Amino acid sequence: MGSGTSTQHHFAFQNAERAFKAAALIQRWYRRYMARLEMRRRCTWSIFQSIEYAGEQDQVKLHGFFSYLMDHFTPSSHNERDFLSRIFTEERFAQDSKMEKCSDYESIEVPDSYRGPRLSFPLLPDHATALVEAFRLKQQLHARYVLNLLYETKKHLVQLPNINRVSTCYSEEITVCGDLHGQLDDLIFIFYKNGLPSPERSYVFNGDFVDRGKDSVEILMILFAFMLVYPKEFHLNRGNHEDHMVNLRYGFTKEVMNKYKIHGKEILRTLKDVFCWLPLATLIDEKVLILHGGVSDITDLELLDKIERCKIVSIMRCNTRQKSEKMEEQRKANQKSSAQGPIPWFLPQSRSLPSSPHRLGPYQAHKSSRSSSIPCGGSLDGRELSQQVWSSVELELERCRQQAGLLVTEEKEEPSCSASETDSDTEELQKPTQEEWRQVVDILWSDPMAQEGCKANTIRGGGCYFGPDVTEQLLQKYNLQFLIRSHECKPEGYEFCHNRKVLTIFSASNYYEVGSNRGAYVKLGPALTPHIVQYQANKATHTLTMRQRISRVEESALRALREKLFAHSSDLLIEFKKRDVDKVGLITLSDWAAAVESVLHLGLPWRMLRSQLVNSSADNMLEYQSWLKNLAKEQLSRENIQSSLLETLYRNRSNLETIFRIIDSDHSGFISLDEFRQTWKLFSSHMNIDVTDDCICDLARSIDFNKDGHIDINEFLEAFRLVEKSCPEGYASECPQATNAEDSGCSSPGAR
Amino acid sequence: MADEKDREEIVVAEFHKKIKEAFEVFDHESTNTVDVREIGTIIRSLGCCPSEGELHDLIAEIEEEEPTGYIRFEKFLPVMTEILLERRYRPIPEDVLLRAFEVLDTAKRGFLTKDELIKYMSEEGEPFSQEEMEEMLSAAIDPESNSVNYKDYISMMVTDEN
Repeated sequence: MGSGTSTQHHFAFQNAERAFKAAALIQRWYRRYMARLEMRRRCTWSIFQSIEYAGEQDQVKLHGFFSYLMDHFTPSSHNERDFLSRIFTEERFAQDSKMEKCSDYESIEVPDSYRGPRLSFPLLPDHATALVEAFRLKQQLHARYVLNLLYETKKHLVQLPNINRVSTCYSEEITVCGDLHGQLDDLIFIFYKNGLPSPERSYVFNGDFVDRGKDSVEILMILFAFMLVYPKEFHLNRGNHEDHMVNLRYGFTKEVMNKYKIHGKEILRTLKDVFCWLPLATLIDEKVLILHGGVSDITDLELLDKIERCKIVSIMRCNTRQKSEKMEEQRKANQKSSAQGPIPWFLPQSRSLPSSPHRLGPYQAHKSSRSSSIPCGGSLDGRELSQQVWSSVELELERCRQQAGLLVTEEKEEPSCSASETDSDTEELQKPTQEEWRQVVDILWSDPMAQEGCKANTIRGGGCYFGPDVTEQLLQKYNLQFLIRSHECKPEGYEFCHNRKVLTIFSASNYYEVGSNRGAYVKLGPALTPHIVQYQANKATHTLTMRQRISRVEESALRALREKLFAHSSDLLIEFKKRDVDKVGLITLSDWAAAVESVLHLGLPWRMLRSQLVNSSADNMLEYQSWLKNLAKEQLSRENIQSSLLETLYRNRSNLETIFRIIDSDHSGFISLDEFRQTWKLFSSHMNIDVTDDCICDLARSIDFNKDGHIDINEFLEAFRLVEKSCPEGYASECPQATNAEDSGCSSPGAR
Repeated sequence: MADEKDREEIVVAEFHKKIKEAFEVFDHESTNTVDVREIGTIIRSLGCCPSEGELHDLIAEIEEEEPTGYIRFEKFLPVMTEILLERRYRPIPEDVLLRAFEVLDTAKRGFLTKDELIKYMSEEGEPFSQEEMEEMLSAAIDPESNSVNYKDYISMMVTDEN
């Protein structure tokens, strides 16, 4: 008996032990699986973010280049202005004729067949609600009403201060929303879940209403309408995308021209004004400061209160007032063969520079403090760079002048002193000072960082990174409780940092891709405690498991990354060959990672991504030539196009498109072949592109553009599949749903 | 002798790069530290499969004397390199995993019911948190049969990884 029981016990014990061990084993395996999934998710995020910010940086550099040329060569004769200046003078003159232009909408007739919403002014709440409903049903507002609404909006905005002061006494609750980026579904969802704006329900929208998404126009219409209807309760802050130069690259300009073929131009011109009259910040109960980007160590709210914010038209044009002595100094410095003055921040960066502050290399071994000049693009090898730029700039302008085909007269006109002086004086006064410009750029472009201090935001190309000490300093100085800002996409739609003194709120869900992130908005109760609500405006994501969601987003990111890799094939080949010492056509995977980073500068974890990007490798060696060929095969559609040319165009397509749109100042969609040639010359010298001008022009001609020597921008880009799809795949127009119930403001997500 | 040493150096160098990369994914601000709660993810993504207990011990080894909630890279690197060199915490082969499920499937039906899975995973071994449990259920359980065919489940997870 005894032994029997003990045997039974023994077996029972053994079984229990085995079950325990089995369970432990399964758990161990599962946890590892989940960890790898998490890692993939993070890597995917990095890919999207780094590509996004690299694009922003590109943008800033590109326009900085034009600005720099303009500022240096502006003063004297009009002949020197050639086609470059048209871009900028058009803007200046627009200021004068704005009033007349705006009231032109009255002459626009609305046909009886138009079934969309009809607005009359002053607007009533019903109108605003009707707009939401109409857009939900995919209707389009007639250009006449668009212009009318914009005109009224501008009239209203002009009366507002730079910093809107709002009190919670009047409305029971205030809801703050972040970036929407043209994603109408998210806005509709917010109103559906949180309620429409009303005297009891205040809203603050914190900038970046436009670009990227496909319904930026509709979002603006709704936001402006509610602002007119509830001026005391509905507030808008300007974001860095409320900027016509940024819009050229990121899709808003394109959207407007597509939706409004006849009046788009006028709409865009009016919007230029409206944007620069948007308030810069909102202050709630003198305690919570809401602004789009962030702050810097020099942020001065009193100064910001006083400036004429409409003078800051675009970040891309650092066109600030210069004292005459400074100009003289600069000119002298420029004439020296080795310029030793401060390097303008927008000079094209050579490849030897670190691309991201996250990889602090030898160039930024110490925490770089803000220089006293405009946001500096990190420490450059100043002298060399400026020399290079100088000679290439001079050369190029000379060529442009000669090639202008415009009537460049032999004699240079001597500027008639009195006339040009008064002209330039008034022009000067219309420009902001450097200080003012910097204050605004900091507000719109800065990002928080964990380290203390304040340093230039080299990734974006504008604004700075500000540390918890900067936040603390500001909060104390103005006796504030905390900051709410947007500007950065967060996986959960929000994120606290700096000891919960800074809240990032981002309202565009699925921003990078369906399933990439949640959106969120924050409600401030009576004690101004933040209360966050999250959502994801796409039903489809709920039926997917986390694993599937991550896979989808990951595939999208990898596609984008492969495209980027292809776009740099030639450079990659060079780097691979360097590492293929024995010339066998093979390199180690470790070398592959190093080579790719040295070309792309995206700061991505290449070793982790390697298995997704490199298919086969026999004992850790890669046959790089065939790898590159495979990449090309994926991207190439036209075999008759020289692959290197296509690669070049791919790499620069965003820049190219933007430049085209700048040249096409009347937004007709056409530029002349001449303009195209000049554009290409300037662009290719700036970007160090190897393709000959004849080659590119032949190509352009071979595309069907036999329209009086005009080239259709879209046709050209489309021919090389360079036009991005206007509607991202999988973008849902289904009923949105919240994924989460309320997340009480007291908790914070995961790390830090 | 010298040759072997060279080879080991190359291997170590490569490990260092890998470890650094994984670490940096979680070190957004380049402070050379990561939140201690992420260390498990980092270690596992580097190919290791430690149990919770083993992880706990590891963390104790690499934490500061007075725990700050953060792990410094300088401490992490040598320990992790050693782990990789010694090939510690090897991942679990598919067949071993299958046998583990079979142990739990006492009736040898080829599946586990939802309740059984919950019971084993939340009560035995190193129990799951509620979040972990829910996540596993969402992917594993077939809503119609309310059970998991573990052989299929394993195949799915494994192919997914590759």
